[in-house]
Parts: sequence; C-alpha cells; structure tokens
Amino acid sequence: MTALLEVDDLTVGFERDGTRSAAVRGVSFEVAAGERVGIVGESGSGKSVTAQAVMRLLPLSAEVGGAVRFAGDDVLGYDAKRLAGWRGSDIAMVFQDPMSSLNPLLRIGTQLTEGLRRHRGLSKPAAREEAARLLRTVGIADAERRLRDYPHSFSGGMRQRVCIAIAAACTPKLIIADEPTTALDVTVQAQVLDLMDELTDRHGTATVLISHDLGVVSSFCDRILIMYAGRVVEAGPADDIIARPAHPYTRALLDSIPRLHGELPRRLPAIPGSPPFGTVPADRCSFADRCPRVQDVCRTNDPALEPTATGRPAACFFPLDSVPVEVR
Amino acid sequence: MSRFLLRRLPQALIVLFGVVTLAFLMTHVVPGDPARLIAGPNASAATVASIHHELGLDRSLGYQYWTYLRQAVQGDLGTSYALQGTSVASAIGHALPVSAAVAVLGVLWEVLLGVPIGIIAAYRPRGLLDRATTFGSLIGLSAPPFWLGLLLLYALAYKSSVFPLSGYSNPYINYLILPSFTLGLGGAAWYARLTRTNMLEALRSPYVQTARAKGMPESVILLRHCLRNVLSPLLTMLGMDLGYFLGGVVVIESVFGLPGVGKLTFDAIGTLDIPMITGAVLFAALFIVVMNLLVDLAYAAIDPRVRR
Ligand code: SF4
Repeated sequence: MTALLEVDDLTVGFERDGTRSAAVRGVSFEVAAGERVGIVGESGSGKSVTAQAVMRLLPLSAEVGGAVRFAGDDVLGYDAKRLAGWRGSDIAMVFQDPMSSLNPLLRIGTQLTEGLRRHRGLSKPAAREEAARLLRTVGIADAERRLRDYPHSFSGGMRQRVCIAIAAACTPKLIIADEPTTALDVTVQAQVLDLMDELTDRHGTATVLISHDLGVVSSFCDRILIMYAGRVVEAGPADDIIARPAHPYTRALLDSIPRLHGELPRRLPAIPGSPPFGTVPADRCSFADRCPRVQDVCRTNDPALEPTATGRPAACFFPLDSVPVEVR
Repeated sequence: MSRFLLRRLPQALIVLFGVVTLAFLMTHVVPGDPARLIAGPNASAATVASIHHELGLDRSLGYQYWTYLRQAVQGDLGTSYALQGTSVASAIGHALPVSAAVAVLGVLWEVLLGVPIGIIAAYRPRGLLDRATTFGSLIGLSAPPFWLGLLLLYALAYKSSVFPLSGYSNPYINYLILPSFTLGLGGAAWYARLTRTNMLEALRSPYVQTARAKGMPESVILLRHCLRNVLSPLLTMLGMDLGYFLGGVVVIESVFGLPGVGKLTFDAIGTLDIPMITGAVLFAALFIVVMNLLVDLAYAAIDPRVRR
C-alpha cells in the first residue's frame, strides 16, 4: 500500500537580491493513513517551509524541487483547479497565529461554511447547520449565534479552535498543523492539543504536527523527524527518540525541554549559538559550530542520514550511543 | 450603529461652528472695503457711508457675528454684495449640483481607474503595468491639475472637438467628463499605488494562506477575502478627496468655465463679496463634514472592529 503522503528529496530555495538561499535541502518522509508525524526544529530549520511546500502555499518566487505525492498523485504537478479541489477536502492546515489567520472582516460563519459549500456541495442552510455543529464539536458554546460573530470577538484559544474546525470541516485525510499552540497561552495550549487529538482520533485523520517543542510533539506523535538547517538529521518512533537520541542536536533539544511548566523559550537555552542562516556550506556538518561532539572530520565532510547503532537513521559521524563522548 | 452616529454628530457640529467663526473673522478682518468696491472709485464719502449702513457694516463686529450666526442657523446666509438681490444660499444652491457632479465624477474616475489597475499591478509586481503605474502616478501626482486640464482641452476639445471647449448646457455629461477626469487622474494614480500596496500586503497575509489552504480559488480569495481589506483604508481617503476636490474645483471650474461653487467663490473673492465668501466656506466645511460622517459610517459597515 502506498503512503498517504510521500515527500521525496524535497528542496526549496529562495532567491533574494541575487543571492540564493536553501531553506529545505533534500527532505524525505512518508505519512501513512491515520499516522501522526511530528517535525521538530528551531525556527529557520525549514520545517514550516516544508509544510508550505507540501500545501503548495509558497510564493511563486520559491524554487521547489523533488517530489510530493498525495495518495500516489503528483501534488507539485497539480493545476490551479485541481489544487483548489484538493486543499480543504483531502488536506488541511492549521496555522500558527490564530489572531491573523482568520479574516478580520468576515464573519466566522462565512469562513466556516465557504469550504463546506465548495467541497461538500452543501446548500446554504445545510452548511450553516454543519458549521454550527462543527463549532460545538470544537467546544464553542452558543454556536448558532457565534457564527454571526467576527473573529475579533473571540479569544486566541477560541480562534484556534475555530481554525481547527475550519481545517476539520470536510474531514480531510491529513491535517498539517504548523506550530498550532505556539501563539497561545500555556494554559490553553494543552486544551487545543487535546482537541486536535480527539478530532483526528475520531476520524482517523493523519496529522503532521510541526513544532519547535520536542516535548509537545513527542506526546502527540507516533513518529518524529528532527530537522536542522533544512535537513532531516534524525528520524524514528517518538518513544525511541526520547529514550535514546542518536543525534547531538536531538539530545540538545531534549535537554532544553523545560521540566517545570512555564513559558516555553523559542531559542533553546541549552544550545549555544544559532542555526546557520541563508547559505549553508555543503562540505561540512551544519551543526558543527554548535555541537559538543564536533571533530575535525565534521568540518570537512557533510554527514548523510544513515542508520546508527540505535537502529534509527541520523545525520552524524559520531552519533550518541555508538561512540563515547570525546573529552576535548 | 446609532450610538456611533450619536457620538459623531456633536463633533461635526463643533467643527462647523469653528469654521463659521473663522470664516467670518477672516473676511471681516482682511483689509479692503466692500462698500467702496460697490460704490465705485468716484463715489463720495457720504455714499460709501450709506452703503456701509445698508450692509450693516457700521455695527460692531460682535453684533454682525451674532446676526450672521442667528440667520445662518435658519438657512439664511445673507445677500450677495456683487449680485444684487441674489441670496447667497440660492446662488450656492444653483452652483452646487455642478460642483457636486464634478467632484463625484472625479472620485469615480479615481476609484474606477485606480483600484483595478492597482489590483492587476499587485498580481504582477514589477510587470509592465506595475512600472507604468508607478511612472504614471508620478506624473499624475506632480502635474498641476490646471495644466493637465488645459492640455486635455487643447487635445480633445480644440484640436479634435470630441468634447465641448467650455460652458455648461445639455447634455451636461459632455461638459463634465474632461473636468472630472482632470480632477480624478492624479488621485487615480495615487489610488492605484495604494491599492497595489494594500493588495500585496493582503495577498501575503495569513488569512489568505488560510483561505488558500481551505481550497478557495483565486477569484474568491480576491473578491471575498482581499478586496474588503484593501478597500476599507481607501474609504478614509475617499472622504478626504471629496473635500479636497471641492477645493480643487475652484481651479478646474475656472479652466473649464463651469458655473459651480468654485467659480462662484473665485468671483466672490475678486469682488470682496463677503457674504458669498463666508457662505461658500461654510458650505464647503459642511460638505466635508457630511462626507467624513458618511465615510465613517461606511467604514463601520465594512469593518466590524470600528463599530464598538
Ligand atoms: S557530525 Fe560531528 S558536528 Fe555534526 S552532529 Fe555529528 S558530531 Fe556533531
């Protein structure tokens, strides 16, 4: 059986003022029907760009290479009509900032029903009824009346619930959630995740959850990809990665998960430095400058994503659990 | 919505009162004696004094002001000095439809030319049309309207008589097209640029991403999702433009020989026709205030966040 989503050697480059920068450098992964896959990395790791490339939401100026297949179909080859028919009905997306991802000048009802009418061919009253039902499903009381409200009268958490309702409206086979809880209050984050958990579970919806927070992703997902500087540096089942990380970067991400509840830092305190920006040199490990295990070879060769002693692939010459940490 | 109106109306009244006072003071404080202008250069001092008395100019400024206010509230703006026996209100009333037609048509030109061009330019940034718009708006914005008007008159009325050269008679629209176009062209360029900027911003906004991810075709995204967000900031400008146009109309009406409020004011200034000048200024202020009120209402109708 073919996977629901196949991403094969995806590359995304942007050209700005004559200089070309690679945001995604050869990313491959699969998502099976009903599966939950997490993509974890700092901002700038290419995780969001990967998601946007899959949804074909990147600006025309972006150069996209490789292949994206959905149920065997070549997504990158879709024409505008096919694309519009696919988005919203087979695949949907939840964005990071619920404050700006709803149109401020349109009623919630309009924003909810337009997809239902388009993809499911519902009549106006039927779509309204369905929209109200969806709002109730995501835990919004007094749904009929709230359909007439504009986004500004909803709180951030409520808006994200509306966004989730919009994404789930036509029961897509796959929902991509790009940092869906990052912009929310900590107390609301868990509720929104629970809601996504419940909804995707009920309909067997496959989910790609993108986050900088390994803790959030590991509790939600079956499988995890760790991305760094436009590449997957480690991949495998969530439990294994948490228990026995192979890549030094994964290790650092794990160390930076705050043990106490509190504001989650965006820049990870446990990893000094920042990810490479713009052009990434191809002849060295992109993590070398920040890596505690760095050796000379790391600065002259680029490690490929290969199986390690942990049984999972990682892009590192000296993965953990295989070579004892060198004392420098 | 009515609460919104209730808050705005007193503001509008205060503005109007301020404008009347200012206009009254300005026309009465400036040097120059209207009585002498009416009487002619050879009139005796006694004649001038009797005209003074007739016009009530020998009373104190305070009394004159109070009388003016009292009558203005009742819609009586006095009698013209220059056009004997004509009431200011009726003179303005006759000239108003002409000016209003020019101003409204001018705004129409702005919107009908500017907005579509701006949208197309936004969809093809740095394309030919985009560059042409930038260039055109530079000309449109920097060319003085009377120069543009004369140029158009020369080409389309004098050289080839597509349009009449001057005046105002039936069919009126023929006499209005060139003046309103002249008035609106600069603004159209400006609107095109503003629409382009707003449109580019809207197209990049997260809510458009959401709409795309929902599977909305580009036409729906443009018409349902973007246009409102693009047009609502334009509305404010529209109201200001109508006011501004009423000012610009003075020049345009003179160039095209249209018997509107602008020409009336222009002539009144030439003859120191104080009631006419004050009346025209008051009327212009009223026009701007009403326009802004209407725009605010329209704004509130489009953008729910303003209503509170
Ligand atoms: S290859 Fe070297 S520098 Fe890169 S992560 Fe592994 S040990 Fe660190």
